[in-house]
Amino acid sequence: MPIIEIVFYLFGAILVASALSVVTVGNPVYAALFLVLAFFSAACIWLLLQVEFLAIVLVLVYVGAVMVLFLFVVMMLDVKATPVKEGFTRFMPIGVVVALAMALQMFIVIWTRGLEAVPMPEPREQGFSHTREMGVALYTDHLYAFIVAGVILLVAIIAAILLTHRQRPTTKHQDPSRQVQVTRAERVRLVKMEAEAAAAKPQGGESKS
Amino acid sequence: MLTLAHFLTLGALLFCISVAGIFINRKNVLILLMCIELMLLAVNINLVAFSRFMDNLDGQVFVFFILTVAAAEAAIGLAILVVLFRNRRTISVDELADLKG
Repeated sequence: MPIIEIVFYLFGAILVASALSVVTVGNPVYAALFLVLAFFSAACIWLLLQVEFLAIVLVLVYVGAVMVLFLFVVMMLDVKATPVKEGFTRFMPIGVVVALAMALQMFIVIWTRGLEAVPMPEPREQGFSHTREMGVALYTDHLYAFIVAGVILLVAIIAAILLTHRQRPTTKHQDPSRQVQVTRAERVRLVKMEAEAAAAKPQGGESKS
Repeated sequence: MLTLAHFLTLGALLFCISVAGIFINRKNVLILLMCIELMLLAVNINLVAFSRFMDNLDGQVFVFFILTVAAAEAAIGLAILVVLFRNRRTISVDELADLKG
């Protein structure tokens, strides 16, 4: 058995096992950690297909950012207070039945359409850069989609900050709209006073400073 | 010998596992979100395999955009979850039945 098949079956087995653990372990902290393992194995399988850029992006973006975000939220929320195992056995049979039926259908489609006769693509020649290939595709043919993706990320940033931002009554902050709308009457008050004839002479030492 | 069907089978298995996970973990919104991430991963595996075996780069570009949108979705979903927990002190789906749907 060539090394590429050993690697495929090894990481495929790890991927399926960790996905099963994600859905059955119940504790969200362990589920998030198993999800990290699943993403990592998937990245290794993508490396087999020589899509290096996407594999690295999967590890960096998912394991590095999204899963850390998940872990932060899991640990910030008091998940021990929620019953994690409740309803597990009740919905287990229907979930397994639906999943098995779907798997059967997909396997029939996959293994009877001649897809098992499509061989592995030729390995890339030496010096081929997948990153360069992706970059050329992204910045030429799919430039508008790329810009829209940036806008989507911006919307996500603004939405996440707005949703979780909390206005505490004790926080001191400036309100720019009130600052620019201020009028003279709110700030300056002229007081008419009589001049006092017998004003006290200022002390010499203090007035010099 | 590895063929396209092997990679598609892996993606299909992963997708079915996450569908079963959505049925099993109906009480916990966090694990539901994780199951959705797993589904997206399964779809991405299929797209990468097709794109590489058919020698067409568009599938990989699509995977790139799916990753972007999935990151945005996870960020907003978790933010909603945080606000939900702050207001209700629970993330159990059963307690969130105010709409009586």
